[in-house]
Formats: sequence, structure tokens, C-alpha cells
Amino acid sequence: MSVNTPNKQTSHLKREILVRLIKAYLGDNYAEDVRLIPYRMRPQGSDIQFRCCIHKERAILRDRVIAGLGFDIEEAQDWELLSDLAVKALDRKTPEEHPLTLLQTACNECVPARIHVTDLCQGCVARPCESACRFGAIKVVNGKSHIDQTKCKSCGLCAQVCPFQAITRIIVPCEHACPVGAIAKDEDGLTRIDHEKCISCGKCVKACPFGAVHKKSQLIDILKNIKAKKQVIAMVAPAIMGQLPCTPQQLREAIIDLGFADVVEVAVGADVTSETESKEFKERVIENGDPFMTTSCCAAYNELVEKHIPELKRYRSTAKTPAYYTAEIVKKENPNAVTVFFSPCVAKRREALQNPNIDYVLSFEELGAWFIATGTQVAEYKGEEYTKKASAEGRNYAVTGGVAGAVNALLDDKDKAKPYYVDGLDKASIRDLKKFAKNGKCDLGNLIEVMACPGGCLGGQNTINAYRPAAKQLAEYVKNSPDIKEIIK
Amino acid sequence: MAKVNVKVCLGTTCFVMGSSNLQELIDLVPKKYGDKVDVAGSPCLGLCSIDWEFSKAPYVKVNDTVIKEATVEKVLEEIDKQLK
Repeated sequence: MSVNTPNKQTSHLKREILVRLIKAYLGDNYAEDVRLIPYRMRPQGSDIQFRCCIHKERAILRDRVIAGLGFDIEEAQDWELLSDLAVKALDRKTPEEHPLTLLQTACNECVPARIHVTDLCQGCVARPCESACRFGAIKVVNGKSHIDQTKCKSCGLCAQVCPFQAITRIIVPCEHACPVGAIAKDEDGLTRIDHEKCISCGKCVKACPFGAVHKKSQLIDILKNIKAKKQVIAMVAPAIMGQLPCTPQQLREAIIDLGFADVVEVAVGADVTSETESKEFKERVIENGDPFMTTSCCAAYNELVEKHIPELKRYRSTAKTPAYYTAEIVKKENPNAVTVFFSPCVAKRREALQNPNIDYVLSFEELGAWFIATGTQVAEYKGEEYTKKASAEGRNYAVTGGVAGAVNALLDDKDKAKPYYVDGLDKASIRDLKKFAKNGKCDLGNLIEVMACPGGCLGGQNTINAYRPAAKQLAEYVKNSPDIKEIIK
Repeated sequence: MAKVNVKVCLGTTCFVMGSSNLQELIDLVPKKYGDKVDVAGSPCLGLCSIDWEFSKAPYVKVNDTVIKEATVEKVLEEIDKQLK
């Protein structure tokens, strides 16, 4: 199985909605066509694919369209017409603050997380579950083990010792996947995101088998700016180069054809990050004897540090992200431009909201939907070169090892960093990071590269291509790119 | 016996709607069927441009049979059927 395994059925559904939304916007009857999306996707008499009846299917599709329009699903009123919301989306001046929203009608159906005794329980004589429980929460009643949920701490020891494997842990996939406990079911059974804790890593988006966690799209805002003939500039994250069945040069031309004024690789900014970070590494770790330094380019990691591990801040590089430097360069040259960051993940939406130089974020999957809606065949373009040059190392930021590799490429032999890779943020790796910060040391390396997604940005939730072919495609591009020392002199 | 011919559409629409995940067929099929089956990625087969049929992408052709909303499992099942 590849690293990047988004749920195919739910992403198919989400992408279909995005395509229909873009088609509606580009057509003559925008608001009405938006209103009709659920009906066109589930016309009268069509098969009931997933839910109890056609009405619920349509209601859920309606909610998905709301997220596609860029609104909070939780806050939209049931009586509001999609056509009215479509118009409201046109009036919006800035995107909404939090990137994720929950489709609660869809997620209602999960059984709350707990330890559960199944019918396989034999009510045996040994009763190891009873003796294993340290909280007195499990007793045999009427020949079967019974858990007192008010005492149970969900440690799972009883499940481990049961000789029949009759005790199981029921999990809520989003809760289970969230590394920081930011998403949970409350007493009325509705799942909520605690935005104070959420680091926008998007693990819940990937984990939910109902596709109930949505990002709020900024597609309409971007389309609107293009229609208004503004100078809209695309800044594409390095991971994009493995995403579509075409060359990077063809991709550039295809994006310009959508109405963008220019396409700039974020790898250009990555080169600035590498330069800053390698100097800083030399100064802090080699010369001043700091025990270690961590990278600072992953938006979810940065939010993790801010919200959950502030003690790690002093060890984190002060270099800004590639997106930051790229946006700075672009805005300096084009002060009136509208900048759009093309992103593999949800976390960058948060970063963009906090950076006045990045106006909007478009996910790779939204770009794909845009190509479908416009009938674009990316492989049919001749292709043109990017005007700003980026290095092989900068372009390789999209994979685990890429950032540390770039830093090391700029360090002299005697100063080389010993990298340690946090390849994906989860509960265990967060525990490790906390430990490094608390003890002020890391025996595993002196440059900790942190990527929230396993495999790096190519493993982001909003990618299109499967990980392995994407990595192969990107490697081909990196191979033919100039050395970072030729770019930074 | 005539060879079974499998074409995985790698046009933009099919790719975005899921044929990116079907690329593994190109490795998997020869391993499973040897030279009884030919498999290759193909530029756009033109099936998505018919009206609104993008929603049924990705498409795969097994000989003349068109598989809509193709998955690895559906394709393998059709290959088995054609080989019988």
C-alpha cells in the first residue's frame, strides 16, 4: 500500500462536486446551477448509493456544496437555498478563518469510542478481564462480561488479556487519527473541532470514511478574481510536479490558460529557506553548541509548536517557509497582484490566512477539478519554461529528507548536520518531540526535519497522484534541475 | 488465444478522478497474467467528454468493454471474464 491512500470513494464524490461548482460558475446560470447540484447528482429515481433515502443523499450533497462554496457547514441554516449561498460567496471579501468544517449529518452515524464486549464473550471461569482491570470497571453479569462505562478509562487491558479476543475497542476514525485531541464527539453525539487545539494537519480529512470533514474551498473567490481580470499569480508548491500526467512545463502553460498571469515555483522560496536555515544551523548548532535545531517549513508542525509544544520554539529554525519567501518576492515585484498558493494540504490554508502576502489557497485536487471543468488536457500543451529558476534541492522539499538534504548541501563537510526525520506527525512522534524539547537533547540527530504527512508533502491530503508514481515523476524533474550552489552564490 | 488488451485512461479527467490510483495495474497485471494480457496507460480515450460523463471517470477499456468508475478490482474481474 502506498503512503498516500486517500479514500477513493469519498474523494471522487468531493471532486465531482468541485467540478460541478466550477462549471456552474463558468456557465450562464451560476446560482441556479449550484442549487441543482444535489438534484443532478441524484436525479429522481436514481440508486440510493450510501444513505437511507434519496433525500438524505441530497441533503448531504448540499452540505458538501456549502463547503465547496467556502462556508462553514455547521453555521449554514437548513432553510438557506444553495442559490442564495452561491450569491453570498461572490460577495465575500476574505476567506473564512478556520480551514476545516464538519458535515454533521454524515458523521452522526459513528458509535462513540469505547471498549466493548462482543457476543463472543464466553463468561469463562478464569475471567482475566476482571482481574486485569485496574478501575473495577468490568464484571461478569449474567454469564457475560459487562463494562461500567462510568468507570472505564479505555486503557484496553481487558481486550489484551481476553483469551477469546471477545473485547474490542470501538474507535471513531477522526478522533483516533487526530494527533492532538482536537476533534471529538460531544454528549449529543455530534463531532466538533476544537479550533484552539486543531493544527490543521488534515489527518481527520483522510481518516473519515464518510468524507465528513471538509475544507472550506476558496475556489469561488479565486475564480471571481480571474473573471475580474485581476493579475492573479499562481505559486505552486514543489509537490505539484508529481501530481498530473504531464511535464512541469506543460503544467505551467495549462495553469496560465486557466487565466493566471504567471506561475512561480515555491521552490524559489525554498532556496531562500535553505540558505537561511543552513546559516542558522551553522551558527546555532555548530558554533554555539545548541543540542539540535528543527526545520520550520511545515505549516501543521508550526501550528503544533505554537499551540502544544511552545517549549520547542527555541529549537525551531527562525527561517520562514518557502511559501512565505515566494509570496514576498512575488508581491514585491507585483504589488497589485492577487497571489494564490497551490497546496497539497489543509495546513497551508492556516498559514496563508496569517500571511498578508498570500491571498488565497487552491488545493491540488481543486486544480484538478478546474481542469476537468474546463476540459483541459494537460498533456496536450507544448510547455514553457518557468522564468524564475529553482534548484534541485528546493524542488525536492516535497519529500521526506528533502529539507534536511538542502540544508546539508549548503554546509561545508566539517559542519554537516546529522538529520533525524519525523516522517509524519502522530501521537507517538509528538511525544518524542516533547521529550526532545523537555530534555533539551536529541540523541538521534542534530537537525530534526518535521513533516506532518508521512512521505512529505507528496503525502498530503489534497494530492491527486498516488505516492509512488508521484515521487518518481518529481525525482525526474529534480534530476534535471540545477544544483543549489548554482542558484545561491 | 488472442491477447486481452487493457488500456488505462490517463487523460486529465480520468487521472484526477482516480486513474492515478490505477497506475499500479501497469505493474500488477503483467505479474499476474504474464503475456496473456497487454496493459498500458493511454492518453485520453475521449469517454469523459460525452456530455457530463466526467462523473463516471476513471475509465478503463478491457478489449472493447468500457469500465466506468474503474477500480483495480473491477478491472481484474473483467480481465478474468475475458480470459475464460
